Amino acid sequence: MGAVDDDAEIIAEFLVESHENLDQLDRDLVELEQHPGSRELLSSIFRTIHTIKGTSGFLAFNRLEALTHVGENLLSRLRDGEMEMTPPVAQSLLTMVDTVRALLESVEETGRDEAPAVDVESVVAQLKDVLEGSADAGGASVTGEPETTPPSPSPEAEVAAAPVVEAPVVELAETSAPVAETPPTAPPLDKLDDRDHEQHDDEPMKRGVVDSSVRVDVDLLDSLVQLVGELVLTRNQVLQRTESQDDVELVRAAQRLDLVASELQEGIMKTRMQPIGQVWSKMPRIVRDLAVQLGRDVDLQMEGHDTELDRSLLEALKGPLTHLVRNALDHGIEPPDVRVAAGKAAQGRLLLRSFHESGQVVVEISDDGKGIDPDTILRVAIERGVVTRDQAARMEPREVVNLIFQPGFSTATEVTNVSGRGVGMDVVRTNIERIGGTVDMQSQVGQGTTCRVRIPLTLAIIPALVIGEGEETYAIPQANLVELVRLEAEDLARSVEEVAGAPLLRLRGHLLPLVSMAEVLGRERPEAEALTVVVVQADDVRFGICVDEVHDTQEIVVKPIGRQLKAMPTYAGATIMGDGRVALILDVPGIAHSRAVAQHVAQRTSGDATQAVTGEDSTQLLVLEVGGGRRAALPLREVSRLEEFSVDRIERSGSAEAVQYRDGILPLVRLAPAIGLAETVREDDQVSVVVHETDSTLVGIVIDRVLDVVEAALVCSEVGRRTGVLGSAVIQERVTDLVDLDAVVALSGVGA
Amino acid sequence: MGTQSQYCTFWVDGLFFGVAVSSVQEVLRYQQLTAVPSAPEAIRGLINLRGQIVTAVDLRCRLGLPARADDALPMNVIVRSRGEVVSLLVDDIGDVITVDTSPSSGLELEPAPANVPSVIQDVVNGVLALPDSILLVLDADRAADVSAVLETTTGGTP
Repeated sequence: MGAVDDDAEIIAEFLVESHENLDQLDRDLVELEQHPGSRELLSSIFRTIHTIKGTSGFLAFNRLEALTHVGENLLSRLRDGEMEMTPPVAQSLLTMVDTVRALLESVEETGRDEAPAVDVESVVAQLKDVLEGSADAGGASVTGEPETTPPSPSPEAEVAAAPVVEAPVVELAETSAPVAETPPTAPPLDKLDDRDHEQHDDEPMKRGVVDSSVRVDVDLLDSLVQLVGELVLTRNQVLQRTESQDDVELVRAAQRLDLVASELQEGIMKTRMQPIGQVWSKMPRIVRDLAVQLGRDVDLQMEGHDTELDRSLLEALKGPLTHLVRNALDHGIEPPDVRVAAGKAAQGRLLLRSFHESGQVVVEISDDGKGIDPDTILRVAIERGVVTRDQAARMEPREVVNLIFQPGFSTATEVTNVSGRGVGMDVVRTNIERIGGTVDMQSQVGQGTTCRVRIPLTLAIIPALVIGEGEETYAIPQANLVELVRLEAEDLARSVEEVAGAPLLRLRGHLLPLVSMAEVLGRERPEAEALTVVVVQADDVRFGICVDEVHDTQEIVVKPIGRQLKAMPTYAGATIMGDGRVALILDVPGIAHSRAVAQHVAQRTSGDATQAVTGEDSTQLLVLEVGGGRRAALPLREVSRLEEFSVDRIERSGSAEAVQYRDGILPLVRLAPAIGLAETVREDDQVSVVVHETDSTLVGIVIDRVLDVVEAALVCSEVGRRTGVLGSAVIQERVTDLVDLDAVVALSGVGA
Repeated sequence: MGTQSQYCTFWVDGLFFGVAVSSVQEVLRYQQLTAVPSAPEAIRGLINLRGQIVTAVDLRCRLGLPARADDALPMNVIVRSRGEVVSLLVDDIGDVITVDTSPSSGLELEPAPANVPSVIQDVVNGVLALPDSILLVLDADRAADVSAVLETTTGGTP
C-alpha cells in the first residue's frame, strides 16, 4: 500500500472490513429466515450495521450513514422483540444490505458515496414504512432495488433479472469468492468473474481493494517463515560443502539454490511486512479526541506511512506508540494560552516520522511543547528513590531525561485519565525492549521533546556478528554493535587501565567499561598480549566485550532456547551455523545488567536496591590518601562528586577557603588538619576535592588523592578514634581511618 | 487397552528406566553438543535437531550419578515436555516394552521404595517390578526441569 493520503488508507481499511462484514451479514440474514426468532443472529447483524454506520459517519459518507441508521433502527426493534420478523421485513433488510454494498462499491470507485444510480432514498422510505408497520409496501419496489447497483451494467442485469430472493444469494457468492476460500461453484459466478476481469483490463490501476489482497492465516505465515529459515540454514551448509567440489554442475546448482533461497527468504519476510501507516491511521482520531479533552490545539503531521515492518512487531508497537503520543499531548504540548504567553504559535505541532536506518526501523515522535526539565526530573527521581544523590550528580542531562523510563516515575503533578499514573513510561520501555528495540528521549526545555524508538525490521532473521571464544562461537546481534577495536602491545598498555579491578578502555576521550567474554561465561579472564574489543550498546549503556576472535557478520535465524536456559541473562537465543552446529546468541542488555556495567539501570528496580545489592553489612567506601601517605575512607554514598580545582581558584575569606562552583560557593575543608594530620606540602597546582552534599549545601573536602573504591564489610575498631575520625578499619589489608564526615563538615562552618 | 502401557527403556549408570512412549518423540545416537557456559551443570549443551534447538539434559548429572567415562558417548532420548522438546542423555537404549498392568497380571505401578535416593524418587512416577528387572518409570517433565535456581548477579529483574 503506497497510499500517502490518510483518508485513502482509512477508507481502504473500511472497505475491506465492510465487505467482510457484509458477507457475514448475508449469511446471517439468510440464516435468520430459517430461524426468525434468533436474538443472537439479530444482535450480530445489528452490530455489523452499527459498525458500518459509525465509520461512515466518521468518514462523512452521509448517504451510507442515513441508510444504515434506519436499518439499525429496524434491527434494534427486531432484536428487542418489538417487531416480528416477517418475509417483508427480511426482504427490506436484504435490500438495505444490497444498497449498502452498492454504496460501498461507489466509495471504492470514486472515494465518495454519491453515486446517483444508487437509490438510497426509496430504500430508506421503504425501511421507514416497515418500521411504521406498513410493511406491505414491500412488493415491487423491493424487487427493484438490487438492480440499482451501478458499477457494471451488463452482467448485473442478468443477476437482477433473477428472482428477487435469489439476488442476494448470488451476490454473496460473488463477493465472498475473492476474500474467502469458498470454491467458485455457483454458475453465475463465472460471469461475475468475467466482469471482474473485464474491469481489470479496462482499468488496470483500479483493482478493487478487496480483490487485490488475500487473507492468510498468521500461523501459516509463521510456519513458512520457519521453513524458510530452515532452507537458509540448509543452503548455508550446502554452500559450505560445495566450495571444495570440482563438479561444476553441482557448484552451479548450489549457486542457483543460493539465489533462489535468498529471494524466497526475502519474499516470505515481505509477506509479513506491513506499513506502519496501519498504526498511524488511528492517530488522527486519538490526537483529535485528546486535544479536545485536554484543551490543546494540535497539528498532527505524519511522515513515512509506508515504512514497513514485521507484523508481529507492528502489533507490539501499537500500545507504546499510542502511549507516547498521549504523553506528548498531555505533558508536552501546552494549552494555547500558555503557548502564546511563551511566544509560540497557539497551535502545537506533533510530528510522527518513521524511516529505515541501518537495518532498523526508527519511529520518532516529536512535539514542540514545553520539553522536559532535567532538574525537575532529577528532583523527583531522588525523591522517589529512583536514583541516589551521588548517582544523580554524575549523570549527563541526556541520561537524566531518560530517567522517565524508570519504574515508578511520573512527574505529572496531578493524575489525569490520560497519563500520569507513573506506570506508563517504564511499560513503554519494557514493551519496546521485549521486541528487541530501544527508546531514547531527547528534550530541550521550552523547545520540545523527541522520542526516538528503534526497532528491528524483523525478529526472525537478524544480522549478527559471529565471534569466537575458546572453542565455541557466539553471535552478537548487529543492532547492539557499535564498533570493533583491536588493541596490541603498546596500545593495550596505554589505553586499558584498571580501577579497583574493573578494566576500563580509554576510547577517544571516554572511559568504556570492559567485560571479558571469558568472565561472562564463568571462566578465568585470560592474560593476553592483544585485545579484541566488541563495543556494544545496550539501553543507554555502552561497554566493550573482550573476545578471542571476531569471525564475520551473518544473517542468522533466531531460535528460542529451552525453559531451563531462559532465566540466564547472558543468552537471548540460539542459532544454527553453516556447519550445522548450534551457536548461542548473546543478550547484550542482559550481560550489561549481570556484569553491573549498567549500574543505575540495575538499581532502578527499587529505591532500596542500592542496599539490596550491596548487602546489609557491606558498604561502598571511597578510599583516599591524605596527610602524606595516610589512608582514610568515607562512605561512597556521601560523595556527590569528585572534582579537581586549580589552586588559584581557591579564594579566601578570613581563614575559610572556598571556590566558585556551579553558580555558587563551595566552602572547602582540608581533611588532613580536620582529622589531626599534618597538611601535605603540595607542589602541583591542582587540589582533589570530594564534594559532599548535606541537606541543602555543598561542602568540598580537600584530599591528596583518591585511591580506590572498595566494597567492604565494615568492621570498625575504636583504634585511632579522635576528632574527625570514627575509628579505623582494615581495608585492603591496610589500616584506614574512617572519616567522621559530620565533624569534618562542621569545621567548614556550614553545619551538618 | 487401558491396562497396557508401553515404555521406551534405557539405562543410566546401570539403572533401568522407562518413559511412556507417548511422550517420546524419537531416539538418536550421539549428537554434537554446543556447551552453554554457566548454565546449570546438568545441561550438557544444545543440539541441532533438524533445525530445532534442543536442550540436552544429562540424566546422570541430573540424578546425581557418577559422570560417564570420557570415551562413552551418550544417546539422546528426545521427549516432549511442557510444549518443548528436550533431549535426555542416557547411557544405552533398551527395547520398547509393553507392560500389562491389568489386575490379573499382578503387576502395578508402585511408589518408588523409600531407600531409593530422593533425587531419583523426585523424577519417577513409580517402579514396575518386572520379572527380570525393576523398571523405574520416569516422569519426563520433572526430569527435564533442571531445578537449579539461577542466580542473577545483580538481583535485578528489570
